[in-house]
Amino acid sequence: MDETVYVNEKGERLDGRKVDELRPIKIVPSVLSRAEGSCYIEWGQNKAIAGVYGPREALPQHIQDPTKALVNFTYRMATFSVSDRKSPRPGRRDIEISKVCGEALANAIFLERFPNTTIDVYVQIFDSNAGTRITALTAASVALADAGIPMRDLVAGVSVGKAGGHIILDLNKEEEDAPDAVDMPIAILPRTKDIVLLQMDGLLKKEEWLKAFELAVKGCNQVYQKQVEALKAKYGMPAIEHETQKEEKAVPQKPIPQPKKPVEVKPAEGEEEKKERVEEIKREMEQQIKEISEKKKPKIEELKFNSGGDNQ
Amino acid sequence: MKKDDIIWEINADKIKEQIKEGKRVDGRKMDEYREIKILKDFSKNAHGSAIARIGETEVIAGIKMDLAEPYPDTPDEGTISVGAELMPMASPIFEAGPPREDAIELARVVDRGIRESKALDFKQLCITPGEKVWIVFIDLYVANHTGNLFDTSAMAAMSALLNTRIPKIEDDKIVKGEFTGNLVLSRKPILSTFAKINGKVVLDPIIAEEKAMDARFSVATTEDGFLSAFQKGGQGHFTEQEITQCIDIAFAKGKELREKLR
Repeated sequence: MDETVYVNEKGERLDGRKVDELRPIKIVPSVLSRAEGSCYIEWGQNKAIAGVYGPREALPQHIQDPTKALVNFTYRMATFSVSDRKSPRPGRRDIEISKVCGEALANAIFLERFPNTTIDVYVQIFDSNAGTRITALTAASVALADAGIPMRDLVAGVSVGKAGGHIILDLNKEEEDAPDAVDMPIAILPRTKDIVLLQMDGLLKKEEWLKAFELAVKGCNQVYQKQVEALKAKYGMPAIEHETQKEEKAVPQKPIPQPKKPVEVKPAEGEEEKKERVEEIKREMEQQIKEISEKKKPKIEELKFNSGGDNQ
Repeated sequence: MKKDDIIWEINADKIKEQIKEGKRVDGRKMDEYREIKILKDFSKNAHGSAIARIGETEVIAGIKMDLAEPYPDTPDEGTISVGAELMPMASPIFEAGPPREDAIELARVVDRGIRESKALDFKQLCITPGEKVWIVFIDLYVANHTGNLFDTSAMAAMSALLNTRIPKIEDDKIVKGEFTGNLVLSRKPILSTFAKINGKVVLDPIIAEEKAMDARFSVATTEDGFLSAFQKGGQGHFTEQEITQCIDIAFAKGKELREKLR
């Protein structure tokens, strides 16, 4: 055990990653046809599906809050997702994770727009190797966006921690089992760096916390980029999908901070032309949003949710 | 809400009317399956796993093999245990919580189709007679429900079983991460489910048809001409002729579906 070298002299970890390197992440929104929003995620060996329903009437009635919507987050692990078969019944761990993840998401959603309702978020883990709560939260946040629920920002999370004396990003199971392991899942709203989920177990010095947090923000920004990319691949400017590349690049980007990839704007095109094109796209998108929201709300009682305008 | 169950209930009359002329809402033939897709080896921590999709209905199956004491009346036989969870993300009407009667019926029908076909030799699952046998846990997770959970679940379960590795045992204990070979299945039972709507019988009902149906019939068939499970559901009835017709279709379609299991 104590012989294990968690970071070698080349700066490589047991699985070959650098100290500040995430495992490969794949995010696919809109994978379920029934749910109003959904997302499939692969994060290293972790695999999960998130599904969102709502805002819908909160029942039984006494749980309703006349000032805002409730967030009901359900995190569950499949029986076969861990090395020994897990009981299908939810355990204390499932319930605690559900609570903290739900609270993290609640911070990002404009809950006050949907009084007396509940937003149900379900995440099921099908394969696991450390960091499943962060995987679940990251997927859930994309699923909420997929459902068209208005949010201040996406919630992006990572786990940071310590193994063999090194502060590292995105611990895997082997590292989590290190004798001096510290595991610290963090989720932030990347635009403001507001911390919306923070847990830690292990022994950590103050300096180490500062270093770990810095690393976590770096990791969260990378996760955020993946989330945005996935949503853009699904929803990004659908109106111009089959038009020329030149026009595609002329589209103004919403002020979503993308730390790694500065947006290129083609200078070749005339200013006037660009503006016209922008207006046209805006109109088309508004039309589409209208169509989608109309399709999504078949019941009369639900129409009231629509009045707030989902496009902000 | 993408498609609402309430809307389907309202549409039920239209479905019943159309079916009289042999027309289905989605334009399929009366004995036609939706597109079927299988994705194997989904979960590394599982001993076997698969995702099955029939149309948009999606079921994820995972296998875990564990050691247990045999039942006193079958001391030299292992066993299987099927569990089904209708995850709340799969439909707006599913709720979290312990399995209700729908989920229990689903699990038991899948269980019978596999168990009674003798696809798995339970004697082969015995390690020490009277003391230790394998129990094969087949857990089904319904991720998206657009109709016909039975056939989708059975396909997922069979695909997962077909790529299940048997854990290595040392000193009567499972050695994690080591395997001694694959689970052997001598047959591949296929479940086919029919809905009776307004006197007509259709294969692979979508949820709109399930809302309109009077009765449901599921039959498991094997490649060597055996029937391994029946289940009739719903308040309506079938005639002997209809059941016989269902069986004929099930054998024919079973062949097609079995190809997808490979």
